[in-house]
Amino acid sequence: MQTTSDEVLIARIAGGDRLAMQVLFARHQVRVYRFVLRLVRNEATAEDLISEVFLDVWRQAGKFEGRSAVSTWMLSIARFKALSALRRKPEQELDEETAEQIEDHADTPETALAKKDKAAVLRQALSKLSADHREIVDLVYYHEKSVEEVAEIVGIPEATVKTRMFYARKKLSEILKEQGIDRGWP
Amino acid sequence: MNTDNKEKIAYDEIESLLPWHAAGTLSRRDSQRVEQALASDPELARRFAMVREELGETILLNETLGAPSGRAMEKLFAKIDAEPARQQAASLNLSARVADFFASFSPRTLAYAGGAAVLVIILQAGIIASVMIKETKTAGYETASAPATDPGVGAFTIIRFAPQASSDDITKFLEANRLQVASGPMPGGLYKVRVSMTGLPKGELAAIVKKLQQDKVVGFIATAE
Repeated sequence: MQTTSDEVLIARIAGGDRLAMQVLFARHQVRVYRFVLRLVRNEATAEDLISEVFLDVWRQAGKFEGRSAVSTWMLSIARFKALSALRRKPEQELDEETAEQIEDHADTPETALAKKDKAAVLRQALSKLSADHREIVDLVYYHEKSVEEVAEIVGIPEATVKTRMFYARKKLSEILKEQGIDRGWP
Repeated sequence: MNTDNKEKIAYDEIESLLPWHAAGTLSRRDSQRVEQALASDPELARRFAMVREELGETILLNETLGAPSGRAMEKLFAKIDAEPARQQAASLNLSARVADFFASFSPRTLAYAGGAAVLVIILQAGIIASVMIKETKTAGYETASAPATDPGVGAFTIIRFAPQASSDDITKFLEANRLQVASGPMPGGLYKVRVSMTGLPKGELAAIVKKLQQDKVVGFIATAE
């Protein structure tokens, strides 16, 4: 089966092809949504933001030069939109209920039992990381972005990408230790 | 800087790459460096196991986040509909137009075109290989200060990998035969591949080429002396 590449879709979108936009949206909406949701921690805000992200893609497709992957370019736009939204909306105004749901998603069914489950505690610890650390962990592990791509999305040097990832993982170990799991590192 | 410090820096550098190694997003060269370190260092291997746990749980965590509702798409297209119409294809760049052009062909047309392209590539490969052989034969002047680590030093072949060979196949092939890609891809999908760090007699190089030719990963191979 032959699938149209993202680059070809972007070229068609630049020419005003609505169908190409639908295909690109269907292909990437979930990942972009999850990336934004982990940053803004509010489902309604995340949904609003992804339509803004893809509207920017529609508008700027003609300027896309193909120097990075389309998904990397879209995550850069998504990050910018999410941070702008966070600046507009103070953290206390965010839907705390949703934030709680996201944090505890993995272990709410039987919290007591989950506390003993290392994997569940690890997921909970991942949710407790700061926004910067959550972001880099997600980009590397979930969105499969290379050092260079993370540097481009976050707008930091490649060396900083590596050290930030190191400190995110170190913080994760500290949170796990507080939960009674000593990984013997760092 | 003493040796201990150098080793510590090298270790830290390798350790910092573990998350990307687990995610499969490292370059082949870095990936090999990490693999070698993992094979010889049990503590690093233990830390890599931790990284793999983090990777698995991060994926699981993200997968539990659900997906946007249909409202997001409706909202997007309502906004797009409100945008001013644009001129079709006015802003397509050249590479995108070429990609679009090939995407419009039927599989049969592409197959014929592909066959013709292979013939052209083989002809090109022969010409390039013979030109390179000729050049290396006539290039005899070298200054006394010429670096000994010149990337041109050693014994080389010109290889075009078989179209069906995956990157994994090629990596395994290069590793198994202790080969290094010195340069490429050149026109025609050719690579200059180092088979030895020192020059080899013609007969020995020809024997190596003959042996490598048997591998299904190799589409075309010639000596480059």
